[in-house]
Amino acid sequence: MSFRFDSVPAVRERLGEVDYLSDEGIAGIVYLADRLGKPILVEGPAGTGKTQLAKSVAEILGARLIRLQCYEGLDESKALYEWNYKKQLLRIQAERNSEDWKDLSDDIFSDEFLLTRPLLEAITATDPVVLLIDEVDRVEVETEALLLEILSDYQVSIPELGTITATQVPLVFLTSNNTRELSEALKRRCLFLHIDYPDMEREKQIVLTKVEGIDENLADQVARIVRSIRTLELKKAPSVSETIDWARTLVLLGIQTIDAEVATDTLNILLKYQTDISKAAKELATNAPDAPAKA
Amino acid sequence: MLDLLAGFIQELRRAGLPVSLTENLDAMEAVKHVPMEDREAFKYALAATLVKSSNHWKTFETVFEVFFSLRGREYHLGELDDETAKALDMLDELTNADGQLSPRGMGGMEGMTPEEIAEMLFKAMQNADSALMRAIARQAVSRFAGMEPGRPVGGTYYLYRTLRNLDLEGVVERMMEDARTQRGGELTQLEERLERDEFESRAEQLRKEVEAEIRRRLVADRGVEAMAKTLRKPLPEDVDFMHASREEMVNLRKALMPLTRKLAVRLARKRRHGRKGPLDFRNTVRHSLSYGGVPAEPKFKYPRPAKPEIFVVADISGSVAAFARFTLQLVYAISGQFSKVRSFVFIDGVDEVTRFFEGQEDINQAVHRVNTEADVVWVDGHSDYGHAFEAFWDKWGKDIGPRTTVILLGDARNNYHASQSWVVKEMRHKARHVYWLNPEPRSYWDTGDSIVSEYGVHTDGVYECRNLRQLERFVEILA
Repeated sequence: MSFRFDSVPAVRERLGEVDYLSDEGIAGIVYLADRLGKPILVEGPAGTGKTQLAKSVAEILGARLIRLQCYEGLDESKALYEWNYKKQLLRIQAERNSEDWKDLSDDIFSDEFLLTRPLLEAITATDPVVLLIDEVDRVEVETEALLLEILSDYQVSIPELGTITATQVPLVFLTSNNTRELSEALKRRCLFLHIDYPDMEREKQIVLTKVEGIDENLADQVARIVRSIRTLELKKAPSVSETIDWARTLVLLGIQTIDAEVATDTLNILLKYQTDISKAAKELATNAPDAPAKA
Repeated sequence: MLDLLAGFIQELRRAGLPVSLTENLDAMEAVKHVPMEDREAFKYALAATLVKSSNHWKTFETVFEVFFSLRGREYHLGELDDETAKALDMLDELTNADGQLSPRGMGGMEGMTPEEIAEMLFKAMQNADSALMRAIARQAVSRFAGMEPGRPVGGTYYLYRTLRNLDLEGVVERMMEDARTQRGGELTQLEERLERDEFESRAEQLRKEVEAEIRRRLVADRGVEAMAKTLRKPLPEDVDFMHASREEMVNLRKALMPLTRKLAVRLARKRRHGRKGPLDFRNTVRHSLSYGGVPAEPKFKYPRPAKPEIFVVADISGSVAAFARFTLQLVYAISGQFSKVRSFVFIDGVDEVTRFFEGQEDINQAVHRVNTEADVVWVDGHSDYGHAFEAFWDKWGKDIGPRTTVILLGDARNNYHASQSWVVKEMRHKARHVYWLNPEPRSYWDTGDSIVSEYGVHTDGVYECRNLRQLERFVEILA
């Protein structure tokens, strides 16, 4: 089996080429996933680039991204495969008088009547694919079991057809917003990657690459203010995507430097709860509580 | 190598991380693919295979540092990485202007006065020169910590001694001053704040360097196993409410938010997935129209279980205040799952505090107001459950109805006052359920002035609730 990546720095570099700034941890785990042939379970706060990671990896590999969006009530027929009942029915009616039953029954349970859903599609694909199972924490615990076979052995068992094994091991990403504890069985099969808010330097770089026409000075200020806001106790800390939105807004407004007034006026892009906004506005306008009085 | 990994995994398990056999094998497989010299990559390879929850990351990091700190490139005792070496050389040059060479890595700052060291530190911090900072941290530890082999004191003692001598707050203040003069005397408040954040994060970095250095030396002195044992800390969900340190409290508060979110999702899901009820005739007929009057798609009435009404009655005297706060926070955070939540706090008097939470989105602030504004002292401000319960019954007893669940919080340490346990008995007659949560370990119950079972016999259950894990389990019973 050939590997997709040569080394950890190579992963990092190539991710950088498609404007995804990774860190040592992210690149290291993507590299390992390739080497070990294991899926990656990505967890972390909303808006830190979990889904984007899968997209970016697909992009650098030139692979097709197959996405399974999870939701409550997702079942086999939407995730794995389904028989095309209408077509089967037509087939039976068309052949009503001629062939004997055995041929027919063999025939209607063949590939031709199988509707592939994302998981099966990823397994049977012959071109390079990246499978993204998004927000896996949204499905019920029972449905999680659907994923286990595919995650550990890269195969799908269909009672009428037998077991379909992958011709190649696809890279698999699962993302989770951690709204519930995933089952041990699922976690055990995956490499675990926790993506947290980036440190200031990296966030600044992200803003610089993602926002057109921003100068370094402003990006620096943006990153520093966001870091400062994240230290507050908020309902929902600003995510990276919100930081980017904020930076874009500032650029569109033609702002060169951020002062307290500009910051409080545009906070509603960064924060989504009224209490958070008023709290942050108050904090930004005053000094840190332990600061001594100015001389 | 294999032995080392096996020991490492043993220690992780002892620290409370659930590491399964397959994960163990995965880790062994994973490290084959990364070069051991690359400490970061090595660390992430292990983390990806062994740590499956972000809460456990910190524990992992500590254990990792203890086990592998002596082996990493940059921390290798004999050879230093280039940058640090260069920085150390610089230090040597500065200190030994007379040309004498001091042995590298030891005593480079011997000849310097404390003022010179402070100056050096200031420069390093101002330029955010991490190599120089690391060098200074290393020097400072050998100079200030006064470490002696075999001395039975913890790392925190050395840390304290070193940091006291470095006076980081002073340095931060100096940098602030400097920043102010650079900008012509005054900074706007926003700038002030941002600069301070920046400098404090640098100070934090230095603190971490010092800590790592001390740890490294302790490991060299005492051995890996012993060190790992002293550093073993409970996971956030296992931290005891009553004995949490300040740092642990902060972590607990952080852990509480995602926990409430999880609980709310889970409870809502549980409610929705109730059994099917009887046939809904009206709805079925309505839907039969699209099938030409044939009732092809039967519709059912889904039972909507009534949401319970919650009364929280919490002791907020010193010993159990933290626990009461957590429970109130948790209950209000998932108050959507209850039809109504009312809360009462007491020490020896009792007061309703529901008003602080109503229309107040920020629970922390509400809790703060509870602590400062609630009128809970009757005579002397020592817990008196008997009087508090009696007063509660007089004032609000009539509001308890068949849908109410009453949760009593406290350690039932009554200072030998009368128990008035008939109140709890009466409550149980009127209410749907009465539960008692006790933050003390079960073995302490009914010792000294604790009379928890005197109340307990009249409730539907007394639960030991010492940490987040137990609290979470209880709330699930509740809804």
